[in-house]
Amino acid sequence: MANFIDRRLNSKNKSTVNRQRFLRRYKNQIKKSVSDAINKRGVTDIDSGENIVIPKKDMSEPVFHRGSGGINDRVHPGNDQFITGDRIPKPPNQQGQGGGKGDASDSGEGDDDFTFSISKEEYLNLLFEDLELPNLEKNQLDKLIEYKTVRSGFCAEGVASNIDIVKSLQGSIARRIAMTSSKRKQLKEYQQTLDDLQQDKHDHISEERELKKLIQILEEKIAKVPFIDTFDLRFRNFAKQAVPTSKAVMFCLMDVSGSMDQATKEMAKRFYILLYLFLSRTYKNIDVVYIRHHTQAKEVDEHEFFYSQETGGTIASSALQLMNDIITERYDDNQWNIYGAQASDGDNWADDSPLCKSLLIDKILPKTRYFSYIEITQRAHQTLWQQYQQIMETHPHFAIQHIKEAADIYPVFRKLFKKSTKNAA
Amino acid sequence: MVTTNKKKPSTVTPQIKPLDDCPDWTFELLEQYQTEIARVAEHYRLDTYTNQIEVITAEQMMDAYAGVGMPIGYNHWTFGKKFIQTEQTYKRGQMGLAYEIVINSSPCISYLMEENTMPMQALVMAHACYGHNSFFKGNYLFKSWTDASSIIDYLLFAKNYIANCENKYGIDDVEATLDACHALMNHGVDRYKRPQKISLDEELKRQKEREEYLQSQVNMLWRTEPNANKNNNEPKYKFPSEPQENILYFIEKNAPLLKPWQREIVRIVRKISQYFYPQKQTQVMNEGWACFWHYTILNHLYDEGLVTDKFMLEFLHNHTNVVAQQEYNSKYYSGINPYALGFNMFIDIRRICEHPTKEDKEFFPEIAGSNWLDTLHFAMENFKDESFISQYLSPKLIRDFKLFHIHDDENNNYVEIGAIHNEQGYKKIRHKLADQYNLSNLEVNIQIIDANIDGDRSLTLRYIPHNGTELGDSKEEVLKHLHYLWQFDVKIVQEKNEGEDVIIAQCSDTLKKPE
Repeated sequence: MANFIDRRLNSKNKSTVNRQRFLRRYKNQIKKSVSDAINKRGVTDIDSGENIVIPKKDMSEPVFHRGSGGINDRVHPGNDQFITGDRIPKPPNQQGQGGGKGDASDSGEGDDDFTFSISKEEYLNLLFEDLELPNLEKNQLDKLIEYKTVRSGFCAEGVASNIDIVKSLQGSIARRIAMTSSKRKQLKEYQQTLDDLQQDKHDHISEERELKKLIQILEEKIAKVPFIDTFDLRFRNFAKQAVPTSKAVMFCLMDVSGSMDQATKEMAKRFYILLYLFLSRTYKNIDVVYIRHHTQAKEVDEHEFFYSQETGGTIASSALQLMNDIITERYDDNQWNIYGAQASDGDNWADDSPLCKSLLIDKILPKTRYFSYIEITQRAHQTLWQQYQQIMETHPHFAIQHIKEAADIYPVFRKLFKKSTKNAA
Repeated sequence: MVTTNKKKPSTVTPQIKPLDDCPDWTFELLEQYQTEIARVAEHYRLDTYTNQIEVITAEQMMDAYAGVGMPIGYNHWTFGKKFIQTEQTYKRGQMGLAYEIVINSSPCISYLMEENTMPMQALVMAHACYGHNSFFKGNYLFKSWTDASSIIDYLLFAKNYIANCENKYGIDDVEATLDACHALMNHGVDRYKRPQKISLDEELKRQKEREEYLQSQVNMLWRTEPNANKNNNEPKYKFPSEPQENILYFIEKNAPLLKPWQREIVRIVRKISQYFYPQKQTQVMNEGWACFWHYTILNHLYDEGLVTDKFMLEFLHNHTNVVAQQEYNSKYYSGINPYALGFNMFIDIRRICEHPTKEDKEFFPEIAGSNWLDTLHFAMENFKDESFISQYLSPKLIRDFKLFHIHDDENNNYVEIGAIHNEQGYKKIRHKLADQYNLSNLEVNIQIIDANIDGDRSLTLRYIPHNGTELGDSKEEVLKHLHYLWQFDVKIVQEKNEGEDVIIAQCSDTLKKPE
């Protein structure tokens, strides 16, 4: 006796809940692993998931088990050389260390770390958990810029291509019924009378003729009601609906003057990666504009941005000026969500710093969603930092942070985009 | 070989035409093979539960793996971990998936993987649906410890109950309770008492009553009002009066502060542990029995001309892989392969019955020359691994496997060969190998000896070492879990040289909950 059941079409993700439970339980370890991993990634490498490593001891399921020591008797197959009474010395390192450390591994598992993969979504969610784009909600309402055409019912006028045939014919039927109903009623009555007369044994020739004439007139009148009338026509109506734009542009500004060494640039790069990943969670299309500057600013590609060496002094305002120009030229702030991230070691020509401040306040900040400045230096802050600090006090979507070493990047990033409690409340 | 003398069912045409042996299976073909296998199985008196054969994909097989053999499992992170591990190793190609999984239930559920070829599906059906299935139905351990007809209902009840608890009391508390229970799962088994069988309806009805009753009992035990009738000079009675080895049972009935729902969860884990208890003790027999029958049934079909040479070659290739035994010095060696040992033992028993040698007659006077089918059924029904080996492991098999025994004493700086496959060694090897499958030697012996109900409510367990082996390092961690359930101090003692109990691990209130 047997019943066959084809289960192949049943859901295959019976374990999803348990997998989520696992991720939930080890969230802290996984998060640590994720933030370690971010430092090893390339800027554009956002499509892959991530391998997570958790030390095995953190996730053991302890049970009472036998330790080492005592007397052990085992039977093995394949004897090829032994006879009863043979003595085989134990390897020296085990000797006299009866209660040795390593967990007796009955299951044949060692103390390796537990490694597994998570998907891209899970990776990004963990990486940016509790983070949000500043002022996103508030701004979204003022900047409903793009329009989308959506259907919005029917209307009586329109172009021929938008005629809705079903609706129009429904109108036509309704109109015809309405316009002919009294006539049909009349017609029915005449018909009835005529039938009665014809049933009658007596002849009513003249009356019959009269009635037939009336019937004919009525039938003609009914036939004259047009099958379709311009009055019946219905057109599909379309309306424009404002939708928040999902395009974003990210400006990466970096000082490449002689004082910026490769290590500092690498740190800046990681910051940009994080920002890019973070934005990619919210926006579908992201343009990245790389602007590097020393005394002059220049728009470059990614490779040149990070790896070409320049020397010379530093005028930060040149980059801000160029950024403003590019926005005006290519990125209408009504259609693009503009983000700026500036990285520098803090060096700037002293007289230039006030100019940077005014450029930001007057031109750039009104157009951008968010502008962040990170200073990567071990030294004391200079004029640029001081000027920017003043901006921060008056502009909530401007933020500055100080990074000393690579390990600071992720915490600093989190600080910048921390979910503000005010919004949550 | 054996020819069918019985009346054949009408499905077999007088002129034997081989079944289609194309590698791709279809449901019609599965039916045809199943019918033939069922016929042969009946011929050999294999008594089975009704088969429910489910075809699943590789992904579903991984889900089934994660459920550790439970077709319906409650949610817990450890199953997620198991799933991730399986998925990971499978994707990297480090591990193939099993061809089938079979559940001890009635009807007996077997999962066949979609990827298997037709000969493989036939092998798996003979192996699982008739081999394992008849073992589940016939072996005394399964008969007395599990109730195949109610297990699915019970698992469903457990899943729903735990899901409800999660809704009511939060995932975290339920998870912590389950963690604690899982840590003690091996100690949630009644080894000597047989649990009664009950159905789902009864279970639901009783669960409610039990919840109230249990709590009232616990309250009685722990009440603090002075008892008027009790004389203070009366010697303190010991509680529990006898040592308890079923720790989870003791917790369920007596833990002072557990909430009723937690007691029910303890009970669920305990019941499931009890359900798996026979499987742990019959691995060699169960697999050996199933391998013996897929081998015998398919050979029988071949002798009848129902399957082709092509079919047999693929079948034998797989069969040989399954029952291969690596030798101790092979780099693939990982202990004795239960499939190999079990299969060869059953084959050997048949040989002893049919073609006994002088040696066999000396070692097995009762079975040498007897009816092999009767003997085999008797062996399957009345033994577990340990007793099966000590009863039936023959000198010939010891020679074939070239078994040898290693004696390892902690006090010596050498290991000693205790016995080899020779005249003097047979009995010792048989004895030692049987011991190796004795669950009470494999699992640690820990018993609850005292619950201080009049004082600080602390709980004392005793570890009784086997062959002088210490308790493993995880004992502190497990005690944290036990503490979570008991909620007062817990400690483990062990009798040392002078007959004095020494505390080897403890967990008190000052220590935190398990992480």
